[in-house]
Amino acid sequence: MYNFITGPLAWFSFLVFFIGLFIRSVFYLIGLDSKLDRISYRVNSFYGIKEAFRSILYWMLPFGTRGWRTQPGMTFLFFIFHLGIVLPTVFLGAHNMILKERWGFSLFAFPDYLSDIMTIVVLVSAFVLLIRRIILPKVRILTKSSDYMVLFVAILPFFTGFMAFHQFSNYPFWMIAHIISGEILLIAIPFTKLSHCFLFFLTRAQLGMDYGIKRGGMKRNNNIW
Amino acid sequence: MTENKLCNRIPVNTKEELNGLLQDKSGKQYYEEMDNLEVDAKALWRTIQTTCKSRIRTWLNICAHCGMCADSCLFYLANDNDPEQVPSYKIQSTLGEIVKKKGKVDTTFMKRAMDTAWGKCTCCNRCGQYCPFGIDMGVMMSFLRGVLFSQGFVPWEMKIGSGMHRIFRAQMDVTTEDWVDTCEWMEEESEDEWPGLKIPIDKKNADIIYTINAREAKHYPEDIAEAAILFSIAGEDWTVPSEGWEETSIAMFAGDWEGASMQVESVYEAIDRIKPKRMVVTECGHAYRATVIEGPYWTGQKNGKTPVETLHYVEWVAEALRSGKLKIDPLKKIKEPVTYHDSCNYIRNGGLSDCGREIMSYIAEDFREMKPNRDHNFCCGGGGGLNGIGRYRKQRNTALKVKRDQILATGAKLVITPCHNCWDAIRDLEEVYKIGIRWSFLKPLLISMVEVPEHLKPKDE
Repeated sequence: MYNFITGPLAWFSFLVFFIGLFIRSVFYLIGLDSKLDRISYRVNSFYGIKEAFRSILYWMLPFGTRGWRTQPGMTFLFFIFHLGIVLPTVFLGAHNMILKERWGFSLFAFPDYLSDIMTIVVLVSAFVLLIRRIILPKVRILTKSSDYMVLFVAILPFFTGFMAFHQFSNYPFWMIAHIISGEILLIAIPFTKLSHCFLFFLTRAQLGMDYGIKRGGMKRNNNIW
Repeated sequence: MTENKLCNRIPVNTKEELNGLLQDKSGKQYYEEMDNLEVDAKALWRTIQTTCKSRIRTWLNICAHCGMCADSCLFYLANDNDPEQVPSYKIQSTLGEIVKKKGKVDTTFMKRAMDTAWGKCTCCNRCGQYCPFGIDMGVMMSFLRGVLFSQGFVPWEMKIGSGMHRIFRAQMDVTTEDWVDTCEWMEEESEDEWPGLKIPIDKKNADIIYTINAREAKHYPEDIAEAAILFSIAGEDWTVPSEGWEETSIAMFAGDWEGASMQVESVYEAIDRIKPKRMVVTECGHAYRATVIEGPYWTGQKNGKTPVETLHYVEWVAEALRSGKLKIDPLKKIKEPVTYHDSCNYIRNGGLSDCGREIMSYIAEDFREMKPNRDHNFCCGGGGGLNGIGRYRKQRNTALKVKRDQILATGAKLVITPCHNCWDAIRDLEEVYKIGIRWSFLKPLLISMVEVPEHLKPKDE
């Protein structure tokens, strides 16, 4: 069991993740259409690319845009949730040990207590996001069952990882659950809204190009975001 | 296919059809017929497949349903945070459903979609600025309007407007003769006060070709005279075309892309004929959006630009003040508190927010910004054609509340609105809410404070 889920299944899920996202990105890009979108992507591209970068950059900075600044609570929640998901996943000591063992290299690793705190942050902020989704009418009206599923799939590896790390009980069970839930997450990403982990950059860039090329980018001096 | 005479999938292309619609008071019969208008699901799905490509599909698909767009929408705010006014909900429950159901939707659904696309959105595109993914629901709403138009589910006034463009190449029934007559009439009218004032028609190779909003020709001809006065004072070599003078596009509001394209084509042909150095567009927001921002794409200009460089009126005024072509008499500057309304169509969607500030620095002593302003300003509440649709008058009046409160907060009693639709909306705002404000285009204000060269002053006495 362990060998299977850390061997072929791991390979499979990483392949689905990378190839899936790659295919979605390619389809996204080739589907962009100057005439239908009414943006001359290939003419005046300099202005487009400049605004595409700004569009991504400002939105990646906490409070970098007026949108973030006008909703500080959500912004705080949003950023700690996302940082908590990305950073411990990539910089967890144990993950880097696996990298070292299997591929002979590793990245910078966080001390365990830091990853632990960030995991708790993810779980707590996910819970607040869930509550927000249920109690705020403006979010509830948008919510479909898939939104709960997606949130569940996204945080399950963190919960199981947390349980395994602390070895409260039945370590092998939580470890296997952690690996499988991680693999489910990887496989789910290209097929669900979770694909935004990469498509975010493309859609942000696209609207940036729209503003840069067409909607006044050559005349505007102030920051549109 | 039912035998709908007025409400059907066929755009209006003849005067007879147009008259039929006009005679149907308030669209009573039209909307009754709409109840029997069947959806051609096959054609609808074909339209979606050929025009709803990766950009919009991905937008619909990755929306995280986070609700961060809600507070960006003036309808959401003006309707006391009604969740049904959340931009994402409005588009997901209409276009999103059409895509999901592969076009298999019924008449009731389409009518509801119409009420959303025109009655709950002005396509101001503000929501797109507030979505972390950069999903522009205003752009999608414009697209949805096109889809609805192709199936005949379009408000009565929009169908008429689109027909006007198709028949007259203007949003109103103004013929070439009417237009030329109006120009000549305005020359005569102004003779006493502005000796020698000319409105040159079809002057080849003029520096500036000036294009307008048909409302000016039909209802506010003094606006044309005012433009002529200011161009003359500034010493510009300018002209208006006898044909292709109309910049606006109800066809765009209606989602009639073919009609919108025909309209823009007529302006570009005028440019081609007259060969001016530049084009100046009157104080209208959607006219600029239609002819300068979207038009190049409808007509297949590869570089996304108009055939010659084009300035919105605020750009021309800012330039004229900067270069000294127009000089303001310091004693005549506006002394009272004054605020400036940013039109979504050429500010957020056109990048011209600096011009307004520059102009205000020349003409106003106590200029007060609305908050938020510039690219983040709220729509007046009447954009996207909403001003002109009787069916949604109540929704429009509610939407005006956001602008009302913005204006009140400045303490100014004078609002400068260099846009026809915004001007109308703010006029109606005063009529509905009676907050004691005045509103004005730039032209009359400028004329009242600009220094007039000797040769343009009345001679006798």
